[in-house]
Amino acid sequence: MTLLSAIRSRLVILIPYVWLLFFFLLPFMIVLRIALSDLEYGSPPYTPQFSLSDGWSGIWDKLSTLDFENFAFLVGDSLYINSYLSSLKIALISTLFTLAIGFPLAYGMARAPDRIRPTLLMLVILPFWTSFLIRVYAWIGILKQEGLLNQFLLWLGVIDTPLEILSTNTAVYIGIVYSYLPFMVLPIYSALDKMDESLVEAARDLGCTRIGAFWKVTARLAVPGVLAGCLLVFIPAVGEFVIPDLLGGSGTLMIGKTLWIEFFNNSDWTVASAIAIILLIVLVVPIVWFQNAQAKAAEAGK
Amino acid sequence: MTLKTRLFSVAVMLAASTVLSAAQERVVNVYNWSDYIDESILEDFTKETGIKVVYDVFDSNEVLETKLLAGSTGYDIVVPTGTFLANQIKAGVFQKLDKSKLPNLANMDPAISERMEKYDPGNEYAINYMWGTTGLGLNMDKVKAALGDDAELNTWDLLFNKETADKLADCGIFMLDAPTETFPAAKNYLGIDPDAKDGESIEKAKELLLKIRPDIRKFHSSEYINALANGDICMAMGWSGDILQARDRAAEANAGVTVEYVIPKEGALMWFDNMAIPSDAPHVEEAHEFLNYIMKPEVMAKASNYVYYANGNKASKEFLNEDVVGDPAIYPDDDTISRLYTVSPENAREKRELNRAWTEVKSGQ
Repeated sequence: MTLLSAIRSRLVILIPYVWLLFFFLLPFMIVLRIALSDLEYGSPPYTPQFSLSDGWSGIWDKLSTLDFENFAFLVGDSLYINSYLSSLKIALISTLFTLAIGFPLAYGMARAPDRIRPTLLMLVILPFWTSFLIRVYAWIGILKQEGLLNQFLLWLGVIDTPLEILSTNTAVYIGIVYSYLPFMVLPIYSALDKMDESLVEAARDLGCTRIGAFWKVTARLAVPGVLAGCLLVFIPAVGEFVIPDLLGGSGTLMIGKTLWIEFFNNSDWTVASAIAIILLIVLVVPIVWFQNAQAKAAEAGK
Repeated sequence: MTLKTRLFSVAVMLAASTVLSAAQERVVNVYNWSDYIDESILEDFTKETGIKVVYDVFDSNEVLETKLLAGSTGYDIVVPTGTFLANQIKAGVFQKLDKSKLPNLANMDPAISERMEKYDPGNEYAINYMWGTTGLGLNMDKVKAALGDDAELNTWDLLFNKETADKLADCGIFMLDAPTETFPAAKNYLGIDPDAKDGESIEKAKELLLKIRPDIRKFHSSEYINALANGDICMAMGWSGDILQARDRAAEANAGVTVEYVIPKEGALMWFDNMAIPSDAPHVEEAHEFLNYIMKPEVMAKASNYVYYANGNKASKEFLNEDVVGDPAIYPDDDTISRLYTVSPENAREKRELNRAWTEVKSGQ
């Protein structure tokens, strides 16, 4: 029995690693292999530099002759760097807006009477019951020239001529903030929900102002939730394709769209894979930083 | 039964049932452009042959090509445009047609088959399904209001002349989001060979497109149908059949919008959409039967009557509706046909150069 339970506990530890191997490392290696290949029109449209039949020594030999031409190509054309920068900028601004809207929402939910909290939580999750694609499509109907928003504003008399929102970056911001808001609200809510209210009372008793108590106690304790929420919004927003494609205009430059052009229009899987690899590297940095920040926060907590 | 054996027996049953149904039911998987067939043709085909049609649609050659190059699509019939077909044949993704199984090939129009040889030498891999032109769709009232009643409308000046384009910009211009359509048109307007692939020609066409770029409201390859029909825009560069669809929708809505399609006097691109069988198609026999059925004159005519595109089937002409075969926008007269041009496929480097220039036109990057 002890042997069995020992194996069982090992298995439990093993599962996350197997998960990582199959769903991260293996796909990553496949994409990296294509990124290091040469473009050739055919099926598939690249000549692989590596194949398993080479054996280890063969792979090692080839590693030393790699030219990384696809990565060099990305550096040579400012389009790619601008796409990364523009994606990061759009994702960053969207994350800040999501935080600005999400935090008060989560705070209000956490302070709401126990009775209605489950309902509020349900309302935040409710949009997920409709397909993401349909929700983004719905925004086309709201934002277009003769759409709901413009008609409403015209009716109110706020504007004389319809606003041009659809097919601009503003529409992309609106789409991202709307779509990712629940990912911001939920972690912050769960952080605030766990918070001991008496800590705020103690701060007030010791002479803190309301605002002071909020910053010194509530905001501090919400930090892990805020960080988690920001990453949950920022990371997918950087690589977002559907929202800029449907709501953005021709001038909207995002790496997801640039990658799409390489993959579909140029049939250049090798450059597309190189873009994906760099995107991954760009995104892994904030994850590592987040992990460090969390570890530090946990230590400080002790 | 333990869970494992139960799961196993379920798997066996599933496998057995698929084998059985495969033996009983003949299937052909067709991957065609969206809105590109009268669906009753598929029902009729099933009634006549007992072969079930699994019909799926795409809306860009790029998506089709990526799927074909990735392989194992499971499709038995796909419908690429000529230029894409040519590259795909070279990439080896199609199988040669077994012409002994296609007696209806005799119905095809030799003139179209001859033009198709540019993409498919010897007509070995594909049959023409539809062909059409890329021209201008106009909202007649709005265009006349902007340019005056006696303005000449039969010309690319409307789009490529900065002065005219500026006047039309306020009521809205849409353009196809496809460099393989827009660059040949720009080159042709400049008097350069529309099929020229050298960097200098692309550069010149790009400059022309950049000049009128501020006047273009949107680059999109299908939204212009609704936009024209609703009267939201006054001009779109688009595909003939799509614009004729917009014309009919506008007429049906009866909201005072008149849409017309023009093939400009400077000439326009003529393109061919063709049916081919992927080399790894699972139902080759059924695919041939489907192709042969499609090439029946009355079937092909039914398709054209529905989608408003001309087809490559000469025998079908007598079954075509008068508003199709008699419409010069669909079946242009000989004089117009002589001004239509075709383009050859790009190689990988030319393709990249073209797409890069197009990205610059659209995004300024």
